Amino acid sequence: MYKIILPTRYLLKRRVTYLAVAAVALCVFTVVVVMTVMNGLVGEFKGKNHDFVGDCIVGTDSLVGFAYYPDFLSKLREQDFVLAAAPVAKGFGLLTQPGTGQNIGVEIMGIEPASFCRATQFAQTLYYHKDNPGAAFTPTYDPALAGCVVGIDMVAGTRDSLGRYHHDPESPRIELMITCFPLTAKGALAKAGTDLVNTKTFHYSDDSHTGLVKVDSRMIYVPFDSAQKLFGMAGPNPRASAIHVKFAEGVPLKTGVEKIAKMWDSFVATHKNETYAYLLKNATVQTWLDYRRSSIAPMEKEQTMLILLFAMLGIITVFIIFVVFYMIISHKSKDIGILKSVGVSRGAVVQLFLTFAALVGIVGAGIGAAAGCAFLIKINDMEDWLFEHFGWQLWDRTVYAIGDIPNNIEPDVLAIIIASAILAALLGALLPTARAARQQPVEVLQVSQL
Amino acid sequence: MNEILTASGIYKSYKMGQTKIEVLKGLDLTVQKGRFIAIVGASGSGKSTLLHILGALDEPDDGSVQFEGKRLDKFRAKQLNRFRNKMVGFVFQFYHLLDELNVLENVALPAMAQCSSFGWLKRRNQAKKHAKRLLERLGLAERTNHKPYQLSGGERQRVAIARALMNEPKLLLVDEPTGNLDSETGNGILNVLEELNNNGQTIVMVTHDETIAQRAHSVIRLADGKIV
Repeated sequence: MYKIILPTRYLLKRRVTYLAVAAVALCVFTVVVVMTVMNGLVGEFKGKNHDFVGDCIVGTDSLVGFAYYPDFLSKLREQDFVLAAAPVAKGFGLLTQPGTGQNIGVEIMGIEPASFCRATQFAQTLYYHKDNPGAAFTPTYDPALAGCVVGIDMVAGTRDSLGRYHHDPESPRIELMITCFPLTAKGALAKAGTDLVNTKTFHYSDDSHTGLVKVDSRMIYVPFDSAQKLFGMAGPNPRASAIHVKFAEGVPLKTGVEKIAKMWDSFVATHKNETYAYLLKNATVQTWLDYRRSSIAPMEKEQTMLILLFAMLGIITVFIIFVVFYMIISHKSKDIGILKSVGVSRGAVVQLFLTFAALVGIVGAGIGAAAGCAFLIKINDMEDWLFEHFGWQLWDRTVYAIGDIPNNIEPDVLAIIIASAILAALLGALLPTARAARQQPVEVLQVSQL
Repeated sequence: MNEILTASGIYKSYKMGQTKIEVLKGLDLTVQKGRFIAIVGASGSGKSTLLHILGALDEPDDGSVQFEGKRLDKFRAKQLNRFRNKMVGFVFQFYHLLDELNVLENVALPAMAQCSSFGWLKRRNQAKKHAKRLLERLGLAERTNHKPYQLSGGERQRVAIARALMNEPKLLLVDEPTGNLDSETGNGILNVLEELNNNGQTIVMVTHDETIAQRAHSVIRLADGKIV
């Protein structure tokens, strides 16, 4: 029983113990807050990428695209494990707003709204056509006009300083001219002379807010067939840049992608003697994670760096606890001598001080975790208050595509942090405890030691 | 056999810097059951060292101690812990009470040490009753919930005696029990020890004070590391 009574009294009555508890609490608080925000940002960013491209992409980075996609698309749509498949034509062009004399380079994505909205979460990114994404390219002000969807950050003046986007109740009438260089299947310019480019005028029908800065700031969505014509992909052997696939509910990503990869290999083999078979070799089958790897990897690297930094913080905490315990145990050497003189074993002394360390860890981690959770729950309110009163923001919302600061506490992450903190406390106490256990009673009970 | 403790050829030395100080030089001692023995000697003569060796708190460099015919140096760690817990009770000059525990808990500590937390839950009522009886016997019935710092020197020493008696040890080892007390309080402590001895408790006490030593049945004088 003394193994419970004594550690509890040491915890409550020794002020130096408060230092150790505070060190653990502070560390846990910091880690809980930063990891939750960082995990939230990474998770949110991954989610947005997943929403944007679907589960699996059969495609090529070549501006030429690949042929025979309608056949493969039909095969995909016959599969039980495929919920939806949508062809996409991608390329680059010049966007001009008539009358302004200004133009900018943009990415153009040709999509079939109905199928693309089934394969991805594109419908959710729209404003005026959210409930009717099939008509995304139909301007509300004149359904007869050819419409286009514009990345939300390309529409000037829609975002305020808090990062909120504002829309007029009626879609604005904006005319946009898109110019592209059409390419042949061999990658050469499809046209010659003065008529080198394809130009088509579209009208703003909606905007898309994916939450991905690079996409929202330079992407124009046009009808699939219009994009094919602009890029030179239309004709008797039409080409597409990619097919975006969404798997049926419950199909594991890896399994689905492996099945499609097999289908694609077989498809390539059956078309090996076709005229444009060489284009099929450029296409790959990838998971959404691999497809968006170049965007996601830097953020994951930042997350890894952050974890490493916090591991160092953990080492510092262990060291602080070590120092505190060294002090406590040095002051408690008399107690160890007394305990041993009444027959307490070395193991029991170790248990006693490790119980003490565990209590420090549990109390510190509990306080830190509670404070961290409370802080996270109020983090957005606090930031709003700071912005309203002092104009201070964690992120400039006019620059970063971040809405609220992520504050969704993951129970498993919280559990790992708490367990690590308790483990750190035990580790920090281990050496001084082992030293205490080795002490002979007579070493500490002699008059000269008092 | 009436001998409870036998020490044969005990040698003990300490190192102080480069110097080796020989404290005990081949000391022999026998303690009979039920006796009250005082070991006297000048400061630094090795009295406390001898007491620690007799109670297995320290080991001799050479020689052996036998308790009821069993050599302490042959004991394993577990047996030594049991020996310190059950067979001997220590009373130190500086009381050595645990500041975090109250008087009752300090007295009950040897009983707590011999059982697990669950075992203690079973035994605690009985142990606490026994601890209270000891405290009553030593005139500390009103002090059970006090902390050591709230007690006088004499009271602390009586708590230390009660703790030493908690597991009803066969041998009580007492180190300068009155060294920190005024003569009246010290006399009270000696009365307690005498009463215990009258009830059959074997006691070995070390002191530098001849007057105090005279309260024992026999006095052993220690000089130059040997009994003279």
